[in-house]
Amino acid sequence: MGLEVGEQFELRVTPDRYTTVRYAGASGDFNPIHIDEQFALSVGLPGRILHGLWSMAQVARAATDAAGGDPLALTELSVQFRGMGRLEQEIVVSGEVQAVSDARARVKLEARQGDTRLVRNAQAELLLR
Amino acid sequence: MSVPSDKVGKRYPPLTYAVGREKIREYAAATGFEHPLHHDLDTARAAGYADLLAPPMFVVVYCASLFQAALFDPELEIDFAHLVHGGQAFSWQQPVLAGDEITTTLTVKDISERAGLRFDTFETVSVNQRGERTAVGTWSTIIRGEEH
Repeated sequence: MGLEVGEQFELRVTPDRYTTVRYAGASGDFNPIHIDEQFALSVGLPGRILHGLWSMAQVARAATDAAGGDPLALTELSVQFRGMGRLEQEIVVSGEVQAVSDARARVKLEARQGDTRLVRNAQAELLLR
Repeated sequence: MSVPSDKVGKRYPPLTYAVGREKIREYAAATGFEHPLHHDLDTARAAGYADLLAPPMFVVVYCASLFQAALFDPELEIDFAHLVHGGQAFSWQQPVLAGDEITTTLTVKDISERAGLRFDTFETVSVNQRGERTAVGTWSTIIRGEEH
């Protein structure tokens, strides 16, 4: 799988109305700010918000897709969480290859939802094979 | 804001998580990891794996309850009303398959204050039933002071 420095890629995903409910069950994170609209509003949020680690999983998916889909290609991923992610609004994960050497690629990524940066300064290392 | 930096270095009792085939399918479906290695046993076996392969981010499933236990540790004096998950990093080593038993240890790496914000860093180290490392996680939280 060849990746070249400067190569760019993108993944688009729109969380549906129940994404956070399924993710709560799958991950074990039942914090009500993600699954209970009334609770989220009561603590000053604009409504239920996405789990940060779900958004990070979308960044991970964009990275493995860029490496040809091999789930084991991803050997490192670091992210910073910023804005709050909302349901039923498209997220765009964009990435760019920074360096390639010894069958490894370093990639930088970020995830945006409209004007909100959900994940910034993401760095991934991919094993190319 | 309390900053109990004397708790840096504290380790929590290891936690062992048994990786289930249906849990892998459930997690992969909830996050959009559609690769057949996470869903189809025949594909996984044809690729040389004994069972379904967990997506890389499945690490959060086998580490989550330990991370939550640390956040609820009264000695760390965490103010939940002002807590945010600021950053996260993982490195991955051995693949994780359904049927594996993953044991994770969590250590407090840093508790410090800068500009009225408290920054905590936790590290998880996970190994499989053969003692091979599967993932190392760095979990970073930020606690805002009352004035922020």
